[in-house]
Amino acid sequence: MTGPVLTDGTAGEQPRSADLSGVPAKPNPTGADGEIGGTFWRRFVFRRPLVALIVQRLGLSVGLLFAVSLMIFGGIEALPGDFATTYLGQSATPQAVENIRKDLGLDRPWSERYLNWLGGAVKGDFGTSWASKNSVSEQIGNRLGNSLFLAFFAALISVPLAVGLGMLAVQFRNRMPDKIINVISLAAISLPEFFIGYLLIMFFAVKWGVATFPATVYESMSFTERLSAIALPVATLVLVVLAHMMRMTRAAILNVMSSAYVETAELKGLSTFRIIARHAAPNAVAPVINVIALNLAYLVVGVVVVEVVFVYPGMGQYMVDAVTVRDMPVVQACGLIFAAFYIFLNMAADILAILANPRLRHPR
Amino acid sequence: MSDYKDYLTRQVMLGKMNRREFLGRAAAFGIAASTAGTLFATSAAAQEPKRGGHLKLGLEGAAATDSRDPAKALSQFMFVVGRNWGDMLVESHPTTGAPIPALAESWEPSADAATWTFTIRKGVKFHDGKELTVDDVIKTLQRHTDDKSESGALGVMKSIKEIKADGDKLVLTLTEGNADMPLLLSDYHLIIQPNGGLDNPDAMIGTGPYKVASFEPGVRATFEKNADDWRTDRGYVDSIELIAMNDATARIAALSSGQVHYINRVDPKTVSLLKRAPTVEILNTSGRGHYVFIMHCNTAPFDNNDLRMALKYAMDRETMVQRILGGYGKVGNDFPINDTYALFPEGIEQRAYDPDKAAFHYKKSGHSGPVLLRTSDVAFPGAVDAAVLYQESAKKAGIEIEVKREPGDGYWTNVWNVQPFSTSYWGGRPTQDQMYSTAYLSNADWNDTRFQRPDFDKLLLEARSELDEAKRKDMYRTMAMMVRDEGGLILPMFNDFVNAATKQVKGYVHDIGNDMSNGYVATRVWLDA
Repeated sequence: MTGPVLTDGTAGEQPRSADLSGVPAKPNPTGADGEIGGTFWRRFVFRRPLVALIVQRLGLSVGLLFAVSLMIFGGIEALPGDFATTYLGQSATPQAVENIRKDLGLDRPWSERYLNWLGGAVKGDFGTSWASKNSVSEQIGNRLGNSLFLAFFAALISVPLAVGLGMLAVQFRNRMPDKIINVISLAAISLPEFFIGYLLIMFFAVKWGVATFPATVYESMSFTERLSAIALPVATLVLVVLAHMMRMTRAAILNVMSSAYVETAELKGLSTFRIIARHAAPNAVAPVINVIALNLAYLVVGVVVVEVVFVYPGMGQYMVDAVTVRDMPVVQACGLIFAAFYIFLNMAADILAILANPRLRHPR
Repeated sequence: MSDYKDYLTRQVMLGKMNRREFLGRAAAFGIAASTAGTLFATSAAAQEPKRGGHLKLGLEGAAATDSRDPAKALSQFMFVVGRNWGDMLVESHPTTGAPIPALAESWEPSADAATWTFTIRKGVKFHDGKELTVDDVIKTLQRHTDDKSESGALGVMKSIKEIKADGDKLVLTLTEGNADMPLLLSDYHLIIQPNGGLDNPDAMIGTGPYKVASFEPGVRATFEKNADDWRTDRGYVDSIELIAMNDATARIAALSSGQVHYINRVDPKTVSLLKRAPTVEILNTSGRGHYVFIMHCNTAPFDNNDLRMALKYAMDRETMVQRILGGYGKVGNDFPINDTYALFPEGIEQRAYDPDKAAFHYKKSGHSGPVLLRTSDVAFPGAVDAAVLYQESAKKAGIEIEVKREPGDGYWTNVWNVQPFSTSYWGGRPTQDQMYSTAYLSNADWNDTRFQRPDFDKLLLEARSELDEAKRKDMYRTMAMMVRDEGGLILPMFNDFVNAATKQVKGYVHDIGNDMSNGYVATRVWLDA
């Protein structure tokens, strides 16, 4: 359950995977959209590449979300046991199981149940949780707020810190500061996140008693109380995601700085600031933004282990609880939100990359 | 030596030994009597409950899917929540397990034990100010027994044929005589709610010592003292906070850093580490829960009693208790009852690990080849380790056991009660009758050993309506022997409930009924600043 794959950011290496390269998916250069409006679309793509990209991505994401909901539904169906038996567990009596099944319509065919759910979801009604009988939207509102709160502060600290450290590492490339930054960030990412969490708890909460633990937040808490509660989980998350972003920043800048056009710029007498700002930065920023986007997505949807260790009521724990008892409406809603987050952040990363580097607007 | 003193001290703490007994045994080992003096002085001082304070408990077992409706309460967390805000008609005695009055003041059976009349307590008020009437009680019981019920107590309640009022009294008519009827009503699902909870089952309004102040499923629950509580011998702290902590390490960290006063489910593997913390006290209570290895008596090769006997003798029970429970438990004797049950049949010889006898029966059974045992860590904590230990002890008797680890997800649906030889656990029941009816009656849904003996069934039904305790005890003895010597149950250990608290927490009652002082922990303890 660690974050996205860490690219080996040695100096001079090209960022490899297509996902990280910052090149947006080609907006249908062949006009495969169909004959009707084909030329119009092509012209539109040429004139307003950004708007075209957003329109296309939005269309795709609706399709993706459908696919995701179908896959989650299929996944839950494939799991052994249905809601009635898993919820009652070992203490299930046949009659109680039967009553729950009838009550929820679990005895009907799966296609009918899926369409039923879909009908509600399209209208924005995610239904009620089977287990707690509470409105799913309302519960998720709470949990999502908590998750975003945690992710926001983790990002607020880790992103500037990672980019700053990355630049610092370039500045002192292959010298002591570079090595120290590398060793520490790699050590932090190599430890499993629950272990970092336990270490922080042991020292800051148990031994020295300076930090708040558990990190449970609830409605009646003031803002400062909340901040103090999330201090340890935020520290853990920062340590977990720092290395990805730092090393990508370092690699991207080093890569660009060693390329021929930067050398040309130097030779024709441009100032260092101008080289970095006008020539190097736009080309280096795309992969960095992509890594940041992936890490942000991870901070929102992938931190269930940290939530459990710190007793933090976020989305991850909520979804795991629901999967355990096959509480379909909740799992579906969580899954869709997670998918939407990934899609949105990836789209945002592509758009930012294009804004930063106009060359990407007209892919050949 | 100091271990022995620790043991004696613990026995005193547990209330299992009185002063004279302690002094006698301590003197025999030359332990200074002054220790005893201080020990008893502190526990005597602790008898005076203090009121006030805010009690925080970090509990395992909460989920975002927890229902507010007591009929659907399943988790450890909701068990405690329900005990805080609600009352049953009957409670069980913490040390004897006998029924004691709660919302029912008294009761009277008919001669055949098939009709029971309960007198409902007067002057009890619900949290919303309404007075408790017999009608509320009837509606509650009906809600748990009707055909549409999704109640966890449905199995317990289905023997009730008719529920009606006789003036201010409640009359229950059963399908057959049952001497244990009052105890069945102590089931934690059967919280009496205004109008039986028909208007709003999720309201969490009851007659308990605490009112629910806030509840967030899977996160937290807070309670405030109910000023109108009908009892004065409970509800000492002003307010309670239950925090959901599903991670064992998080619970230990929270307790040792003093963020909570009490935690449940301490892992036996880490108990010895936690014990070192100077502010922490381990609270272990013997219980009825047991870890089992179950064979289907009607499926080959387990339909051969010699093979079953061989497998029973091949179990090294002492080692199991030491290794799997860290010493926090007692050895089992292959029938599902221990001395915490009323009418426990004493004096049945303890079955011990005996490779020779195992080899003898194994040879007699004529079985050859490996025996397949399915297990998973969800069966009970350490189940896979236990299976491997068993494999080793059986090997010494020449029996080859093949351990197959099954996925935890779906274990209760696909393996337990389906496969012929697997590991499992039982939480225990309020009465012997219920334990046997749940899992050893021929046609019981959960007869997970496929134990089908008409003479056993007949005896069970006879014992159920027998009001003469001596006769009844004798019947239970015969039944225990049948299960022990012919059943498909290998029961190596009864697990203790292992919880822990800070030393501020006083008045903890070790209740044999269930874990966490039978769920009453928050209403029974007080804080000593």
